[in-house]
Amino acid sequence: MYVIVAGGGKIGANVTRSLLRLGHEVTLIEQRRDRFERLEDEFEHQVQRGDATELYVLERAGIARPPDVVLALTGDDEDNMIIGQLAREKYGVPKVIGRVNDPRNQAHFDLLGISPTICTTSSVMALVEHEVPEHDLIRLLDLRRENLAIVEVQIDGASPSVGRSVETLALPEGARLISVMRGGHAEIAVGSTVLEAGDQVLAILEPGKEDELRRILLRR
Amino acid sequence: MLKGLVIGCGRVGSSIALQLHQEGWDVTVLDENEDALSRLGERWPGTFIVGHGMDVDVLRGAGIEDADAVVVATDGDNTNIVIGQVAQKRFDVRCVVVRVLDPARAKFYAERGLDIICPTRVSIDRLLDAARACAIPAAAKAENG
Repeated sequence: MYVIVAGGGKIGANVTRSLLRLGHEVTLIEQRRDRFERLEDEFEHQVQRGDATELYVLERAGIARPPDVVLALTGDDEDNMIIGQLAREKYGVPKVIGRVNDPRNQAHFDLLGISPTICTTSSVMALVEHEVPEHDLIRLLDLRRENLAIVEVQIDGASPSVGRSVETLALPEGARLISVMRGGHAEIAVGSTVLEAGDQVLAILEPGKEDELRRILLRR
Repeated sequence: MLKGLVIGCGRVGSSIALQLHQEGWDVTVLDENEDALSRLGERWPGTFIVGHGMDVDVLRGAGIEDADAVVVATDGDNTNIVIGQVAQKRFDVRCVVVRVLDPARAKFYAERGLDIICPTRVSIDRLLDAARACAIPAAAKAENG
């Protein structure tokens, strides 16, 4: 496949290298001269110098073909959003992936239809929450397009849901249990599944239903 | 009283803010640099807020939710385009005007319904007109000569 990578920092350069190794055709765009010269030593004609938010730079890189994927990986969120919008809406690129540098800008990416996105800060925080659970409800995955999220809930001895079957829990509208992890084994949660202390429950829900789910499973 | 929010207090933003204020608007100016306040003169009677226009809490604090008009004129084209779309799509501001220097991006986003002023485009057109006007006496001279 053909991929345009915007931004030749650590992420963009490594992604380019990996894609080339997999046999894909790649054009990397980097604006800074010092970086570009270093990248040119390695990638030769596969790196071009320029501002990837400029139409003529994108066109020189072959955006009108269009590529199968555009990766907007610069260190500037506004630039990544504009690259994503131009790629999708002006040139009909079927797939755009955007890097979110500041997680507070995630909502802007969503608003402008740049999806999927990758945010290092959010990924690290999700890992921290997963590895060092301080919170009783951990957000594992945001399904932005579906407007759903998958969360993990830790059931302890004090939880009112212990000893009750899933069908008797008055789960809120817009929230369902997916599975129960117990003693290292996961089972799909069905109506007759009875919750026990120590269970790790996966649930899928609409954003905003977290508190209701927490109250029913944990009464907190 | 009409409420105006000006984002970016450089030469352009500050002049717009001062003029709108003079015309009786209630004007709030937002800039990430505190020093930009000096562009508004010694005694700016409107509101001045230090913060970034990409920050929705800052925008709310600056009263974007009940602004009649938002003028986006920071020194970054892409920043302006993003803030303009946030004002239009997220906060439903009816009148959003955005400055974009690059004619190519200006054209694309103007076609998508953003109200864009491109000073570069305006200069190109005016300079072209001026150059063409020079051709008229030259042509007349050629005809007479």
